[in-house]
Amino acid sequence: MTGELAVEATGLEKSYGSVRVLDGIDLRVERGSVFALLGPNGAGKTTTVRILATLIPPDAGQARVAGFDVVRDRRRVRRAISLTGQYAAVDELQTGAENLRMMARLAGLPGRRARQRARELLERFDLTDAGDRQVATWSGGMRRRLDLAASLVGEPAVIFLDEPTTGLDPRGRQAIWQVVGDLAESGVTIFLTTQYLEEADRLADRIAVIDGGRVVADGTATQLKQRVADQRLDLVLADAAAFADVAGLLGGRAVRRDPARLTIGVPTDGSAAQVRALLDEIDPDRRAVRTFAVHTATLDDVFLALTGRSAGQPEKEKETADV
Amino acid sequence: MSDSLTMVGRSLRLTMRTPDALLTSLLLPVMLMLLFVYLFGGAIQTGTRYVTYVVPGVLLLCASFGASTTAVTVSQDMTGGIIDRFRSMDVGGAAILAGHVTASMARNLAATVLVFGVAFLIGFRPSAGPLEWLAAGGVLLAFMLAISWLSAAIGLLARSPEAAGGFTFLMAFVPYPSSAFVPIDTMPTWLHGFAENQPVTPVIEALRGLLLGTPVGNSPWLALAWCGAILVASVALAGWLFRRRTA
Repeated sequence: MTGELAVEATGLEKSYGSVRVLDGIDLRVERGSVFALLGPNGAGKTTTVRILATLIPPDAGQARVAGFDVVRDRRRVRRAISLTGQYAAVDELQTGAENLRMMARLAGLPGRRARQRARELLERFDLTDAGDRQVATWSGGMRRRLDLAASLVGEPAVIFLDEPTTGLDPRGRQAIWQVVGDLAESGVTIFLTTQYLEEADRLADRIAVIDGGRVVADGTATQLKQRVADQRLDLVLADAAAFADVAGLLGGRAVRRDPARLTIGVPTDGSAAQVRALLDEIDPDRRAVRTFAVHTATLDDVFLALTGRSAGQPEKEKETADV
Repeated sequence: MSDSLTMVGRSLRLTMRTPDALLTSLLLPVMLMLLFVYLFGGAIQTGTRYVTYVVPGVLLLCASFGASTTAVTVSQDMTGGIIDRFRSMDVGGAAILAGHVTASMARNLAATVLVFGVAFLIGFRPSAGPLEWLAAGGVLLAFMLAISWLSAAIGLLARSPEAAGGFTFLMAFVPYPSSAFVPIDTMPTWLHGFAENQPVTPVIEALRGLLLGTPVGNSPWLALAWCGAILVASVALAGWLFRRRTA
């Protein structure tokens, strides 16, 4: 342990029955940084977080969090971390203030300090007005903020956030991003999982892309996007013949092919110069391409580039098995 | 220890926040007592006023009804997200379950007081002295504690709150084939073996004997032994299930 790493995992493996969920995960997260584990459903994100947060032991491999082994020094890890899962871990029948007071008491604060901490956190997360109402009456975004607030009562050194914005509307998502950004500035280490490239890009210093229980790429957002290109040029072709020609010409460079809509997607940096050059290259006679649009690259694009298949889709054999 | 107190406070607050469920679990035993006394009681010969005969049985029914609430709330905790938060804060299973069991005891006590109150109004006249009251209270508390832990274990065993509720619904039938509501010798012979030897019978006999001042024999000791055995087995089972569920 160098003292600089908040999370260090080597060769983490975990299976449930015959399903291999983690297949040798290596991770290194620097102290004080924001780290995102990016991947589709079923990639192993939650299992990784649960192992790092000491909730389940790995079948093989080691992990240290805040300097302590997650299996042998479980209790010390627990005192140094907080975990916010995908489902709001608060009591709906208690008020926001009561939930936070309870968590503060469990984190070891005496009664008066617990009340004070609850008030501070409600204030900080803009929940003071609703603080004395039962959480059952709150919106999803407010619950998620309360959940985050609850994870901060013990002033943890490492904060795990498992898909903090899944299921939130854009405004709720913005609010959470704001909070995570503020937290990052306060110097704690944040380890979050997400399905959204945009979220990882916005929040994280470093990103690891996980798929099928393995880390398939890691680096800064910029590094990853250089591998993937952060924009995608979608071309709608004039007819099936043009589609076939262009698809043949682009070969492996195409990140999206949709014959039904005659659409082909190519990575681009989004600059006018590059788009113009691409169009000239693909369609010198100016007949094949009918319309085009530039999109921000999605997780799908990253996945297609890194794994050769789409993020939402399981591997081929599993796909047939599901049917 | 301080975690346990916090969790007790939580469970009591949650109980108070579901007034409809609370009201049901308080009123149901009273309704059943009225049903037995005024509808069936006239047809049942027990040698005493039926209300006096039936009160101990109704008290045990209270505990069984209370049990289903406990199993459901434990199961809700285990299937919701909050268990992960508690565990990641190093709150142990003992503290979490202690909260539920204490709330269960509080609900049971409230229902018991209500049943005694209504029973007095409709003619329940026990002849117990202070010592007998104390002993009866002890037996009743031991039974409630055993049932509460058993329900907590069932809550851990069930995969969903609905399943937990279903399990405990079956448990509410156990007091019937005993001497709780009708004398055992009025039942078919094949049922005697079960009815005479099941744990509810010595508890009933002990309560009835102590409250009415009739000879109790060894039934209080038998009752305490049963309750003790159920309690130890349930706590051990709950501990094992909690570790298994959270591994």
